[in-house]
Amino acid sequence: MKLHYQVDGDNFLVAGEASASLKRTLKQLGIDASIIRKISISMYEAEMNMVIHAYGGVIDVELSADKVAIILKDTGPGIPDIELAMKEGYSTATHEIRELGFGAGMGLPNMKRYSDYLNVYSEVGVGTTVEITVYLT
Amino acid sequence: MTIKELIRSAEFEIVAGEKGMDNEVEGGYVGDLLSFVMAHAKEKDVWVTIQGHINSVAVASLLGLSAIILSEGVAADSEMIKKADEEGIPILRTKLSSFDVVCKVSGVIRT
Ligand SMILES: Nc1ncnc2c1ncn2[C@@H]1O[C@H](COP(=O)(O)OP(=O)(O)OP(=O)(O)O)[C@@H](O)[C@H]1O
Ligand SMILES: [Mg+2]
Repeated sequence: MKLHYQVDGDNFLVAGEASASLKRTLKQLGIDASIIRKISISMYEAEMNMVIHAYGGVIDVELSADKVAIILKDTGPGIPDIELAMKEGYSTATHEIRELGFGAGMGLPNMKRYSDYLNVYSEVGVGTTVEITVYLT
Repeated sequence: MTIKELIRSAEFEIVAGEKGMDNEVEGGYVGDLLSFVMAHAKEKDVWVTIQGHINSVAVASLLGLSAIILSEGVAADSEMIKKADEEGIPILRTKLSSFDVVCKVSGVIRT
Protein backbone atom coordinates (compact mmCIF):
# COMPACT_ATOMS: atom_id res chain seq x y z
CA MET A 1 0.00 0.00 0.00
CA LYS A 2 1.30 3.44 -0.94
CA LEU A 3 0.27 6.73 0.68
CA HIS A 4 1.17 10.26 -0.23
CA TYR A 5 0.82 13.42 1.86
CA GLN A 6 1.38 17.08 1.13
CA VAL A 7 2.56 19.06 4.16
CA ASP A 8 1.97 22.83 4.35
CA GLY A 9 4.85 24.97 5.56
CA ASP A 10 4.32 27.11 8.64
CA ASN A 11 0.71 26.08 9.06
CA PHE A 12 0.72 25.05 12.67
CA LEU A 13 -3.00 24.47 12.72
CA VAL A 14 -2.80 21.39 10.51
CA ALA A 15 0.72 20.37 11.48
CA GLY A 16 0.83 16.69 12.34
CA GLU A 17 -2.16 15.76 10.18
CA ALA A 18 -0.19 13.38 7.97
CA SER A 19 1.11 11.48 11.00
CA ALA A 20 -2.38 11.37 12.48
CA SER A 21 -3.80 10.06 9.22
CA LEU A 22 -1.18 7.31 8.92
CA LYS A 23 -1.83 6.32 12.51
CA ARG A 24 -5.54 5.87 11.78
CA THR A 25 -4.72 3.73 8.75
CA LEU A 26 -2.31 1.52 10.71
CA LYS A 27 -4.87 1.12 13.46
CA GLN A 28 -7.50 -0.01 10.97
CA LEU A 29 -5.04 -2.54 9.61
CA GLY A 30 -4.70 -3.97 13.10
CA ILE A 31 -0.98 -3.21 13.47
CA ASP A 32 0.38 -3.72 16.96
CA ALA A 33 0.02 -0.66 19.24
CA SER A 34 3.69 -0.58 20.24
CA ILE A 35 4.73 -0.52 16.59
CA ILE A 36 2.21 2.20 15.77
CA ARG A 37 3.75 4.21 18.61
CA LYS A 38 7.25 3.93 17.09
CA ILE A 39 5.97 4.98 13.68
CA SER A 40 3.84 7.84 15.02
CA ILE A 41 6.64 9.34 17.10
CA SER A 42 9.24 9.14 14.32
CA MET A 43 6.96 10.46 11.61
CA TYR A 44 5.52 13.27 13.74
CA GLU A 45 8.99 14.56 14.61
CA ALA A 46 10.03 14.49 10.96
CA GLU A 47 6.77 16.08 9.81
CA MET A 48 7.10 18.89 12.38
CA ASN A 49 10.69 19.52 11.32
CA MET A 50 9.48 19.92 7.77
CA VAL A 51 6.90 22.49 8.91
CA ILE A 52 9.11 24.37 11.36
CA HIS A 53 12.47 24.33 9.60
CA ALA A 54 11.70 23.81 5.90
CA TYR A 55 8.36 25.36 4.79
CA GLY A 56 6.67 21.99 4.37
CA GLY A 57 7.19 19.25 1.80
CA VAL A 58 5.91 15.86 0.71
CA ILE A 59 5.71 12.52 2.46
CA ASP A 60 5.56 9.09 0.82
CA VAL A 61 4.75 6.02 2.82
CA GLU A 62 5.14 2.46 1.63
CA LEU A 63 3.46 -0.18 3.68
CA SER A 64 4.50 -3.76 3.06
CA ALA A 65 4.04 -7.04 4.89
CA ASP A 66 7.16 -6.65 7.00
CA LYS A 67 7.79 -2.91 7.26
CA VAL A 68 6.66 0.70 6.96
CA ALA A 69 9.01 2.92 4.97
CA ILE A 70 8.48 6.68 5.19
CA ILE A 71 10.26 9.23 3.01
CA LEU A 72 9.91 12.93 3.85
CA LYS A 73 11.23 15.35 1.29
CA ASP A 74 11.51 19.11 1.56
CA THR A 75 13.11 21.91 -0.43
CA GLY A 76 13.99 23.95 2.65
CA PRO A 77 17.33 25.44 3.69
CA GLY A 78 19.01 22.09 4.33
CA ILE A 79 21.12 21.03 7.31
CA PRO A 80 24.78 22.15 7.19
CA ASP A 81 26.04 19.66 9.78
CA ILE A 82 23.88 16.57 10.19
CA GLU A 83 26.03 15.07 12.93
CA LEU A 84 25.55 18.23 14.99
CA ALA A 85 21.80 18.34 14.24
CA MET A 86 21.48 14.75 15.52
CA LYS A 87 22.86 15.74 18.95
CA GLU A 88 20.36 15.88 21.79
CA GLY A 89 19.62 19.51 22.64
CA TYR A 90 20.85 21.03 19.38
CA SER A 91 18.25 23.34 17.87
CA THR A 92 18.07 26.42 15.69
CA ALA A 93 14.38 27.01 16.47
CA THR A 94 13.33 30.62 17.00
CA HIS A 95 12.07 32.04 20.27
CA GLU A 96 8.45 32.00 18.99
CA ILE A 97 8.70 28.33 18.07
CA ARG A 98 10.25 27.48 21.44
CA GLU A 99 7.36 29.13 23.25
CA LEU A 100 5.08 26.56 21.64
CA GLY A 101 7.18 23.78 23.16
CA PHE A 102 9.21 22.90 20.09
CA GLY A 103 12.96 23.39 19.87
CA ALA A 104 14.19 21.04 22.58
CA GLY A 105 16.54 19.57 19.99
CA MET A 106 15.09 16.12 20.59
CA GLY A 107 13.27 15.47 17.32
CA LEU A 108 16.07 13.82 15.37
CA PRO A 109 17.25 11.85 18.45
CA ASN A 110 13.65 10.65 18.89
CA MET A 111 13.53 9.50 15.25
CA LYS A 112 16.79 7.62 15.75
CA ARG A 113 15.56 6.02 18.93
CA TYR A 114 12.09 5.01 17.77
CA SER A 115 12.79 3.91 14.19
CA ASP A 116 14.67 0.81 13.11
CA TYR A 117 16.48 2.64 10.35
CA LEU A 118 17.00 6.37 9.88
CA ASN A 119 18.76 8.14 7.07
CA VAL A 120 19.04 11.91 6.68
CA TYR A 121 20.37 13.39 3.44
CA SER A 122 20.67 17.12 3.17
CA GLU A 123 22.18 19.73 0.94
CA VAL A 124 22.32 23.37 1.98
CA GLY A 125 20.10 25.51 -0.23
CA VAL A 126 18.52 22.44 -1.84
CA GLY A 127 16.63 20.56 0.84
CA THR A 128 16.46 17.60 3.16
CA THR A 129 15.26 14.03 2.75
CA VAL A 130 14.54 11.89 5.78
CA GLU A 131 14.02 8.14 5.44
CA ILE A 132 12.46 6.26 8.31
CA THR A 133 11.85 2.53 8.41
CA VAL A 134 10.05 0.61 11.12
CA TYR A 135 9.75 -3.18 10.95
CA LEU A 136 6.40 -4.72 11.72
CA THR A 137 7.76 -7.89 13.21
CA MET B 1 -10.13 5.26 36.73
CA THR B 2 -11.74 7.48 34.10
CA ILE B 3 -11.34 11.21 33.42
CA LYS B 4 -14.89 11.70 34.68
CA GLU B 5 -13.99 10.16 38.02
CA LEU B 6 -10.76 12.13 38.15
CA ILE B 7 -12.60 15.43 37.69
CA ARG B 8 -15.10 14.53 40.37
CA SER B 9 -12.38 13.98 42.93
CA ALA B 10 -9.90 16.66 41.97
CA GLU B 11 -11.89 19.73 40.95
CA PHE B 12 -10.60 20.44 37.48
CA GLU B 13 -12.64 22.53 35.08
CA ILE B 14 -13.40 20.78 31.80
CA VAL B 15 -13.04 23.13 28.83
CA ALA B 16 -13.17 20.78 25.81
CA GLY B 17 -13.22 17.21 24.57
CA GLU B 18 -16.15 15.93 26.60
CA LYS B 19 -16.47 12.99 24.21
CA GLY B 20 -13.39 11.54 25.90
CA MET B 21 -14.69 11.73 29.48
CA ASP B 22 -14.71 7.95 29.78
CA ASN B 23 -11.04 7.65 28.75
CA GLU B 24 -9.09 5.49 31.16
CA VAL B 25 -6.22 6.99 33.16
CA GLU B 26 -3.30 4.76 34.11
CA GLY B 27 -0.54 7.25 34.79
CA GLY B 28 0.75 10.66 33.90
CA TYR B 29 3.48 12.79 32.46
CA VAL B 30 4.47 16.41 33.10
CA GLY B 31 6.25 18.60 30.59
CA ASP B 32 6.15 21.54 28.25
CA LEU B 33 8.72 20.45 25.66
CA LEU B 34 6.82 18.49 23.05
CA SER B 35 9.69 16.23 21.97
CA PHE B 36 10.20 15.08 25.55
CA VAL B 37 6.51 14.35 25.84
CA MET B 38 6.65 12.42 22.53
CA ALA B 39 9.54 10.35 23.81
CA HIS B 40 8.29 9.57 27.30
CA ALA B 41 4.54 9.88 27.74
CA LYS B 42 2.64 6.60 27.46
CA GLU B 43 -0.77 5.63 26.22
CA LYS B 44 -3.50 6.36 28.83
CA ASP B 45 -1.36 8.96 30.63
CA VAL B 46 -2.81 12.31 31.65
CA TRP B 47 -0.46 15.06 30.52
CA VAL B 48 0.09 18.11 32.70
CA THR B 49 1.38 21.09 30.74
CA ILE B 50 1.16 24.82 30.10
CA GLN B 51 1.00 24.38 26.29
CA GLY B 52 -2.57 25.54 25.61
CA HIS B 53 -2.47 25.30 21.82
CA ILE B 54 -3.48 22.95 19.03
CA ASN B 55 -0.15 21.12 18.72
CA SER B 56 -0.63 19.68 22.20
CA VAL B 57 -3.82 18.00 21.00
CA ALA B 58 -1.96 16.51 18.03
CA VAL B 59 0.65 15.06 20.41
CA ALA B 60 -1.97 13.73 22.83
CA SER B 61 -3.93 12.16 20.04
CA LEU B 62 -0.90 10.47 18.43
CA LEU B 63 0.20 9.02 21.76
CA GLY B 64 -3.29 8.01 22.88
CA LEU B 65 -3.10 10.14 26.02
CA SER B 66 -6.27 10.19 28.10
CA ALA B 67 -6.43 13.96 28.74
CA ILE B 68 -4.48 17.20 28.87
CA ILE B 69 -4.44 19.14 32.14
CA LEU B 70 -3.56 22.81 31.68
CA SER B 71 -1.99 24.01 34.91
CA GLU B 72 -0.94 27.42 36.28
CA GLY B 73 -4.21 29.01 35.12
CA VAL B 74 -3.25 28.70 31.44
CA ALA B 75 -6.15 28.93 28.97
CA ALA B 76 -6.77 26.78 25.91
CA ASP B 77 -6.90 28.82 22.72
CA SER B 78 -9.89 28.46 20.39
CA GLU B 79 -8.13 26.18 17.87
CA MET B 80 -7.11 23.87 20.69
CA ILE B 81 -10.67 23.66 21.95
CA LYS B 82 -12.02 22.92 18.48
CA LYS B 83 -9.44 20.23 17.79
CA ALA B 84 -9.89 18.64 21.23
CA ASP B 85 -13.65 18.45 20.67
CA GLU B 86 -13.07 16.77 17.30
CA GLU B 87 -10.54 14.29 18.66
CA GLY B 88 -12.32 13.63 21.93
CA ILE B 89 -9.30 14.57 24.04
CA PRO B 90 -10.53 16.15 27.28
CA ILE B 91 -8.85 19.44 28.22
CA LEU B 92 -8.97 20.16 31.94
CA ARG B 93 -7.97 23.46 33.45
CA THR B 94 -6.80 24.54 36.87
CA LYS B 95 -5.02 27.37 38.68
CA LEU B 96 -2.86 24.84 40.51
CA SER B 97 0.84 24.57 39.69
CA SER B 98 1.99 21.53 37.73
CA PHE B 99 3.50 20.14 40.93
CA ASP B 100 0.23 20.48 42.83
CA VAL B 101 -1.71 18.91 39.96
CA VAL B 102 0.57 15.87 40.10
CA CYS B 103 0.09 15.60 43.87
CA LYS B 104 -3.68 15.70 43.44
CA VAL B 105 -3.82 13.28 40.54
CA SER B 106 -1.45 10.78 42.11
CA GLY B 107 -3.41 10.90 45.34
CA VAL B 108 -6.49 9.93 43.39
CA ILE B 109 -5.22 7.36 40.90
CA ARG B 110 -2.70 5.56 43.09
CA THR B 111 -5.15 4.75 45.85
N1 LIG C 1 13.89 19.35 7.52
C1 LIG C 1 14.83 20.18 8.03
N2 LIG C 1 15.28 21.24 7.30
C2 LIG C 1 16.22 22.08 7.80
N3 LIG C 1 16.76 21.95 9.02
C3 LIG C 1 16.36 20.93 9.79
C4 LIG C 1 15.38 20.00 9.34
N4 LIG C 1 15.18 19.07 10.32
C5 LIG C 1 16.01 19.42 11.31
N5 LIG C 1 16.72 20.54 11.02
C6 LIG C 1 17.76 21.19 11.85
O1 LIG C 1 18.20 20.26 12.82
C7 LIG C 1 17.98 20.82 14.14
C8 LIG C 1 17.65 19.69 15.12
O2 LIG C 1 16.39 19.09 14.78
P1 LIG C 1 15.53 18.38 15.93
O3 LIG C 1 14.26 17.91 15.36
O4 LIG C 1 16.40 17.37 16.60
O5 LIG C 1 15.28 19.55 16.98
P2 LIG C 1 14.26 20.78 16.88
O6 LIG C 1 13.31 20.58 15.77
O7 LIG C 1 15.06 22.03 16.83
O8 LIG C 1 13.51 20.69 18.28
P3 LIG C 1 12.40 19.58 18.71
O9 LIG C 1 12.34 18.57 17.61
O10 LIG C 1 12.89 19.01 19.99
O11 LIG C 1 11.13 20.34 18.86
C9 LIG C 1 16.89 21.84 13.95
O12 LIG C 1 16.87 22.83 14.97
C10 LIG C 1 17.25 22.42 12.58
O13 LIG C 1 18.31 23.32 12.70
MG1 LIG D 1 12.26 18.80 15.60
